[in-house]
Amino acid sequence: MPGLMSRLSLIFRAKFSKALDRAENPNETLDYSYEQQLQQLQNVKRGIADVTTAKKRLELQYASMQQQVDKLDGQARDALKANREDLAREALTRKSALQTQLQDIMAQGQQLEAQQQKLVEGERQLQAKVESFRTQKEVIKAQYNAAEAQVRISEAATGIGEHMADVGLAIERAKDKTQQMQARANAVEELTASGALEDYTASGDDIDRQLKQISQSGQVDDELAKLKAELGQGEAPKQLEGGDAAEPAPAAEPSQASEEPAS
Amino acid sequence: MIVRLLGEGQFRVPEDLLARLNELDDEVLRAVENGDERALWDGLQALAEAVRSAGTKLGDDELVPSDAIVPPEDLSLEEARDLLADEGFIPDIAVRR
Repeated sequence: MPGLMSRLSLIFRAKFSKALDRAENPNETLDYSYEQQLQQLQNVKRGIADVTTAKKRLELQYASMQQQVDKLDGQARDALKANREDLAREALTRKSALQTQLQDIMAQGQQLEAQQQKLVEGERQLQAKVESFRTQKEVIKAQYNAAEAQVRISEAATGIGEHMADVGLAIERAKDKTQQMQARANAVEELTASGALEDYTASGDDIDRQLKQISQSGQVDDELAKLKAELGQGEAPKQLEGGDAAEPAPAAEPSQASEEPAS
Repeated sequence: MIVRLLGEGQFRVPEDLLARLNELDDEVLRAVENGDERALWDGLQALAEAVRSAGTKLGDDELVPSDAIVPPEDLSLEEARDLLADEGFIPDIAVRR
């Protein structure tokens, strides 16, 4: 069974030699092939532009999610100041989950960046190759007889076709990657925007699982303790000056007394 | 021998590298069979590295088909299986070397 490497070159060859083998007039084939290359070059440029646009959109979304992280952090502080540890914990849990997602998206973004640089380089190479083909085809037209020209040009066209397929594949992969990242970013954004974390427990998706892990791990506890320390609240949270509605009024009559006769 | 690293370009490598490349290619195949993505990436990376270090990059204006093509280093298992499943419409002929 042939390996991946040889199999791949078979796939590429099969794709690009068929059309040329069928052609009868070398000169016509040359011009036709060149036109096709110019068209492909345009497609490649468009493809790269699409990927770039999608990536920019993603960067904007990333920035707004980063703001959301800051906001949740502020909310946790406010909640603690108001002695609402439960709310602070909730905010920190969400913040932590969001941060995990953001780190993943960031790592994927870096991969995408590398792919994109290769794309641009591939396009530059293709441009040079198409130009080289143009020159070669004029030389071949002038100097070689039909049979010889056919052989020469079919090698050149297969070579250039291979490169076009290479760049095309790279664009497809970059597009796929952008779409995956977009889908993930959308899911996270929706989750944090809706505030309805419970709705997602049923689906048992990735984020939900992570949320559970985080709240089970000491991560949120640690951050909560850190926040408390920052706000000057020790082990036992002290009361804020403004007083608290939940604090029992000293003059209140024992409530049990009035409740017991009701049975 | 001409080898293309997908997404990177073509390299001219000495013929005697073929045995080593075939070895690494077999490792890649085994990784796919075992469903081991980490091993697949390691194998592809080793392949690409062998080609880069022993080969010289072709000029931009050179128009030649490759004798072998190395998939991108971050190929997923799923993508690798798709490539291997193409047996149906790709004739199983020997590659010119």
